[in-house]
This record gives sequence, structure tokens and C-alpha cells, in this order.
Amino acid sequence: MADNIDKVKYLIIGNSAGGIGAAEAIREVDKTGSIAIVSDEPYPAYSRPLISKYLAEKCSLERMLYRPADFYEKNNIKALLGRKIARLDVDAHLVEMADGEKLGWQKLLVSTGGLPIIPPTKGIKSEGVFSFLTLDDAKAIDQYLKHASRVVVIGGGLIGVSVTEGLVKRGVDITIIEMKERILNVMLDEEASAMADKAVRKAGVKIVTNHTVAEISGEGGVSSVTLNDGTAIPCDMVVVAIGVVPRVELASGKLKTNRGIVVDRFMATSSPDVYACGDVAEAYDFIYGMNRVTPVWPNAYMGGRVAGFNMAGVSTEYRGGTAMNSLSYFGLDVASAGMVMPLDAGYEVLSARYGNIYRKVLLKDGFVVGMVFVGETEKSGIAYNLMKDQVKVDGFKKALIAREFGLASLPDELWRPRIEAPRREFVPPVAVKEPGEEVAVE
Amino acid sequence: MKRIYVNEQVCMGCHLCEVHCQLKHSQSSDMIKAFKGEDGRPLPRLRIEERKPVFFSLRCQHCDEPACVYACLTGALRKDPQTGIVTVDENKCVGCWTCALVCRFGAVVPDKNHHRMVKCDLCPGEDVPVCVANCPNEALIYAEIEQPSPVKV
Repeated sequence: MADNIDKVKYLIIGNSAGGIGAAEAIREVDKTGSIAIVSDEPYPAYSRPLISKYLAEKCSLERMLYRPADFYEKNNIKALLGRKIARLDVDAHLVEMADGEKLGWQKLLVSTGGLPIIPPTKGIKSEGVFSFLTLDDAKAIDQYLKHASRVVVIGGGLIGVSVTEGLVKRGVDITIIEMKERILNVMLDEEASAMADKAVRKAGVKIVTNHTVAEISGEGGVSSVTLNDGTAIPCDMVVVAIGVVPRVELASGKLKTNRGIVVDRFMATSSPDVYACGDVAEAYDFIYGMNRVTPVWPNAYMGGRVAGFNMAGVSTEYRGGTAMNSLSYFGLDVASAGMVMPLDAGYEVLSARYGNIYRKVLLKDGFVVGMVFVGETEKSGIAYNLMKDQVKVDGFKKALIAREFGLASLPDELWRPRIEAPRREFVPPVAVKEPGEEVAVE
Repeated sequence: MKRIYVNEQVCMGCHLCEVHCQLKHSQSSDMIKAFKGEDGRPLPRLRIEERKPVFFSLRCQHCDEPACVYACLTGALRKDPQTGIVTVDENKCVGCWTCALVCRFGAVVPDKNHHRMVKCDLCPGEDVPVCVANCPNEALIYAEIEQPSPVKV
């Protein structure tokens, strides 16, 4: 192999939450090792969830930036943006770009994210059919809105609701087609879905559940979709928002892959020196006690952070993530995490409704394994962390769904040690900063 | 870093910390104007938790491993590597409340009118944050205490 191939210590494929999380962790512990980030998107890291806002009000790229404009320069990171990797060679520790250039690495992170699921529906390749995952998708939709006033959104999940929120503000007529019996059926239970349904419809959006799109029709564009029961819905644009699948193409045949790239608790793949995180990875889920794909932003960042430390030689274990989402669309705040519907009769469900506020926790053997908060989500993190820390909640479970829920609802030992100053005897000598300014304890 | 701790046993839930926090984060810094004149009362960046007879005043703990910063979808939340203070860029925050879903203290304050979160900033420019300085009972303590076991994310 030629010696003139460029080589970096850390190569990160993917420039979103996971990749940035890794780069930031590496720089915390290794200030000088060379880092390169490659992405086929031409933009500095931006907040993917904000593409809905871009669609709504064309907010500037600057406002969407996930990190300040000087992030790469300041952290001494070589950003190879708008570059596609054609091939990964794990044995030779190389990647080959689409333009033929090769790049060597010592440690590699695959954080390539997901790809939109595109069903094999007739007409799916027509002009006027879009997916909604990247800024370029949002830009393409924005441009096409010149020709469109009626939009069909296929899929009533997170992506579908998110694109709908953006489109509503553009004043177009929207119909969501959801295959199952209710929208947001993965992240919400029935009651919360019904609340979301009401909020979305109130904005003038039509929702058709229990149906699929059998065909997209039109000449030189879209003129209608036909549902599986034969109903035709006239429209000039279709957004496919069914979900994402791990983007594993580089890893296929080289790294152990199930649905996503399988990683251990250190975010390491089956191949030495290669790590994976984010939507492409199948990492530990602390609720299910097994590896799962949980394509959400916070898990991507945390997985990336853990991978970054391990790549830099600081052994760090991933505590695990689980499905979790917080949304504020159509004037409704919704947060959920873990299991939102019981799998069988072995679960205890506690729920309460206070007007527009709904709260539910799912327990198994006295531990929280799932939660849904609607209408008021500001204290949802207290419940989320009881779940994550695996705190037994039998003794105070009713407090979790009480109207007045807060840190003070928990037993003393769960909050006192964290927010109270330690008693005098435990205060280390460095505690008092200013002479004469005694720390008041007791 | 210096953090604000509570001494729950002497907190009587008088809400003075809240009033002073609101005033400090108002536009006019004038008590009457801030509470009666300004467009929407300034939000306190703390809240009083109560389960009688337990009261305490709660705000962002500026965690060593800030789950909110790691979870933030937009990059609005940052932890200053020098001071340790967790700040929010209110122009970048879009009010998705993902920070609230991961905060173990339930310390995120949503500003629903502007659809963004606000948080404790430890009162830049003040030697002692105003909530601590104005607590009549020394129920709030501003001190540098090594955390016995930093909260792991």
C-alpha cells in the first residue's frame, strides 16, 4: 500500500449528534490527536430536528447550527463535508472516498445515522414525492411548495407530525395517512395519542388512520394518492414519513450487523478499533435489557460521547439508552420514554388526567419501565431518572401521577444528598472559599 | 465550582428567593415595574418544592455531567468549560423540552410565552446569587463543595 495516504488518528463518519458527541469527548481527553469528520452533507453540523422549523419559517442555517461556526477550527477537526465514502476496509484501517481518495485511520466511528424508509408503492418515485430527514429534504419541499397546495403525509409518527407542523405554517392543506389505528402510536399510549390527534386536527389537518397508500398517481408530478380501500385523495405533493432504518451500507459484511450495527457496552463493534453509535447502531437499551435501535438524538449524542472516550483510550461504559422523545408541536407538550404500553398482564399501569394534563407510568416489579407525560412535561425528568437509575418506587408510586408532583414527592434519601450541603463533618476542607465567610450548614 | 445548596430544615417556603430571582432577571430591575409594568412578569429561574412541612428552593445544579446539555437538540445548552456554568442560548432554544425529560431535578423552567426554556445562570456580575443573598433564613448556601459522587449520566 502506498505510503502517501493521509492518515488520521480518529475518523468519524457522520456529522450529526453522534459524531459531534464523539469529537467533543475525544477533545476532552486528547487535545492533539488528529480528528477528521466526513459527511456526505455539505453543511456544518446542524440540528436535524429543526428542519421542521426551517420549513415553517425558513430559519437561517446559522440559527440551525448545532455548534458555533468556529467549532471545527477551534477543536482542530478536519471537516470533510459533502464527501461520500464509497468503501470501508476495516483490516487495512482505510476508507475510500467516492472520488477515489483514500484515508487511513487508527480509530473509526461509524455514525452514519438512518435512511428514510421508502415503501415500494406504485408512483413513489414521481416528482413531488419527498422524504423528511435532512436539511436538503426540507429545502426541496420548500422549493416545491410553489407548485403545491395540497399535501399528503404518509405516516403519522414523529417525522410525519414534525413535517406537518412545518407545513401547517405554510398554509397548505394536509392529510396524514396512518397505517395503524392512531397517530404517534410508537411513542404514545392511546390516551396521549388521542390528545395529540385532537391538537393536530384543531390546526386544520385531516388524519386518516387504519389506511395505507396503495398508489401515487400523476403525470409529470403528483395529482392524487389512492388508499388501500380505493379512496382517492387529490394532492400535489407527498411526504413519505414512515420512519428510518439504520444506514448500514458501509458496514455490511464487515461489521456484525443485526438491524443496526451491533455494539457492546463500550460502543465497540465486532471489529477492533471500530465503534458505532446513533441511529445506525444497535446499542444497549436499559429497559429491555438488550440491544435495540433507538433512533433518538440524545441517545446518539451519549453513545457518541462514550465511543469517543473509548476511542481515545479512556475506558467508559455506556449506561444504556431507551426510546425517549419530548415534543412540543401544535401547542401540545408531550414527553415519553421507555415502554408506553404494557407487553402483557405483568405490568402495573398508573395514570391520571387533570384537564389537559395527562400522566402515566408503567411499572414492572416495582420499577418504572415506561412513562408518558402530556400537557405539562417540565418535571418529567424526575420520573425518567427513577426509571434510568432503577429505583424501586413501590412505596411512593402514587406520587408519580399526583397533580403536584416534584422532587419533594420522593423519599428524602432520593433528593437530600443531591441538593443539600453536606453536614459539617462531611464538608471537605476546601469548602470554605473566602476567609470569614463560613459555610452555613446544619 | 461554587453551587447553590439548600438547607431544607430552615426553609419556610417564603418565596423571597423567587421574587429576587424574578427581579434580577427583569428588564427594569425595578420591583414595581418588573412585577406590574413589564410585558409579562419575568420568570423565576427556580421553583419552590413543597410537601408540607418540607420546603426547599430548587434550581439548576450545573451538573458535572449535564444530561440536559448532552440531550439538547439544538445546541442551545452549553456547559462553560472554564466556569462550569450551564447556560442556554435563548435564541437557539425552540422549547422542545428534551432537557426537562432528562433533568433529574426537574429544574427546567419553561417560558411558554416565548417557547424556550430559562434557567439559573448563577447571577453573572453578582458575588453571591441574589436568591442566596436575600434568603432571610440562610436556607440557601453558595459554596464550593466537592460532590461526593458526581451524578453520572
